[in-house]
Amino acid sequence: MFNSSIEQIPRQELEALQLDRLKKALEAAQRTPFYKKQFSDNNIDVSKINSLSDLKKLPFTTKSDLRVSYPDGMCAVDRNVIVRMHASSGTTGKSTVIFYTRKDIEEWSSLVARGLYSSGIRSEDVFQNMMGYGLFTGGLGLHYGAEKLGCMIIPSATGNSLKQIQLIQDFKTTAVHITPSYALHLADVINGEGINPADLGIRRAVLGAEPYSEATRDKIQDIYGLKAYNNYGLSEMNGPGVAFECEELGGMHIWEDFYIPEIINPETGENLPDGETGELVITHINREAMPIFRYRTRDLTRIIPEPCRCGRTHKRIDRMKGRTDDMLIISGVNIFPSQIESVLMNIPEVGNNYQIVVDRENNLDKIHIKVELYSKMFHGDIKELDSLRKNITDLLKSTIIVTPKIELLEPGSLPPSTGKAVRVIDNRKI
Amino acid sequence: MPHQLSIFAENKPGKIEKITGIIAEGQINIRAVTISDAGDYGIIKLLVDNPERGFELLKSENIAVNLKEIIAVKIEDKIGGLHEISKVLRENNINVNDSYGFITEPKKEAVFIFQVADPIHAENILKKEGFSLLSDRELYLI
Repeated sequence: MFNSSIEQIPRQELEALQLDRLKKALEAAQRTPFYKKQFSDNNIDVSKINSLSDLKKLPFTTKSDLRVSYPDGMCAVDRNVIVRMHASSGTTGKSTVIFYTRKDIEEWSSLVARGLYSSGIRSEDVFQNMMGYGLFTGGLGLHYGAEKLGCMIIPSATGNSLKQIQLIQDFKTTAVHITPSYALHLADVINGEGINPADLGIRRAVLGAEPYSEATRDKIQDIYGLKAYNNYGLSEMNGPGVAFECEELGGMHIWEDFYIPEIINPETGENLPDGETGELVITHINREAMPIFRYRTRDLTRIIPEPCRCGRTHKRIDRMKGRTDDMLIISGVNIFPSQIESVLMNIPEVGNNYQIVVDRENNLDKIHIKVELYSKMFHGDIKELDSLRKNITDLLKSTIIVTPKIELLEPGSLPPSTGKAVRVIDNRKI
Repeated sequence: MPHQLSIFAENKPGKIEKITGIIAEGQINIRAVTISDAGDYGIIKLLVDNPERGFELLKSENIAVNLKEIIAVKIEDKIGGLHEISKVLRENNINVNDSYGFITEPKKEAVFIFQVADPIHAENILKKEGFSLLSDRELYLI
């Protein structure tokens, strides 16, 4: 194990550590404008939180709380001790921002290293990180973790498949971090080059950033002749590294010395017992710059009650079963239909109705957005329509990162906005 | 100045039928039709005998339609007929955005119809050069 004393810590000691860290995090949270107000609005006296079960007394924190707190309403430390921020794209231009101190970055890196080790990655590995670098946490988060573990990291980022293949061949990549859909697409490109993907010598894949099925995992393992492991993370909880699958393959260990998981009924907010499926709620108890309590992830899963054969005492969460909201994951990027809507509704040439269609073609996610032309803004010019289409594409791309295909439709051809209009059609089979 | 209807339409079966149906119902006669296609969609251009009425009817059916000014010039139906006018347009640096033509009297007369950025300027030049421009009434009654 990467850190066997903490990974195998007896439950009792782990819970004592959690309570101690929870109390410290609550203390720190009082320095943030958001929690100061949230606690006082809800008559929460943090000195009365004396057991882990008292956590239930705290209100939930939601993504919209993070947006409202933009840019730094949840930050618990001085600006000068922050060493990094990450952000996810947000609706109406506001992002959700996460801050990290040097200690936070180092500990996050250790968590990722711990997880990578549990998935069989070792310091001898040449680790090609095919995830987006930038504000998105997936690239840099794994990068620092793999570096901490001692791997030689190839920060190849996303896209440019031929370059990826060349790097794999020239530097003898043995482990990859990749989205499942891109792994399948890349296999097609590799085959197209007359190379058998299994001959490349990649032995491990860390799959993440989007939901996928066991069947997809099997397929990736067969094609490349490797072993693939699942991992879970979200930027609000640092990014990747929240939970990793160990070599026993029975769910992902959530690192409880940093995170307290709960499963709730998404409708009532009530806690559900281990084993039952509901919404995952996580409290980050060990981040200096930004403590977050009872964050509603909107991801549906369950806590696996049985202890793991690997000997790690940290609880496992099951493969994600879906979302409680309408968030779409397109090529690993999180997109809310409301982001698309707010862009479209600010374009005068676009009518009120739109439709988002998601497909998977050649293992790549494709997003088509159908918009109606607003009849009063039509001037009879085809060049104007072409530049309108380009303008819509560019504006959306800058908001949702992925490039949509825009279809201009006649006014009135989509279902009207009143009633139960189907705005999103996801044709992908997970 | 004459006008034609420019109609936005998706590139799918039945889209022309919908428009011609509305036009026929309104007792409007089509003199010429062209379609410019841009892949998923295109613009249907109709030269009709009552463009204002056609415009109102289509608009009331929530169709994206626009009335566009056009220039209609009589040319001779002979070898080099179109070349004469295109030479004048080039000499005056007038760019033709969209055009079509049709024969009104075989071997004698044809009409060249086009759109430009500044129709009044183009009309004045063509008149000065001795071309015969069709008025809206003349054109619609062909």
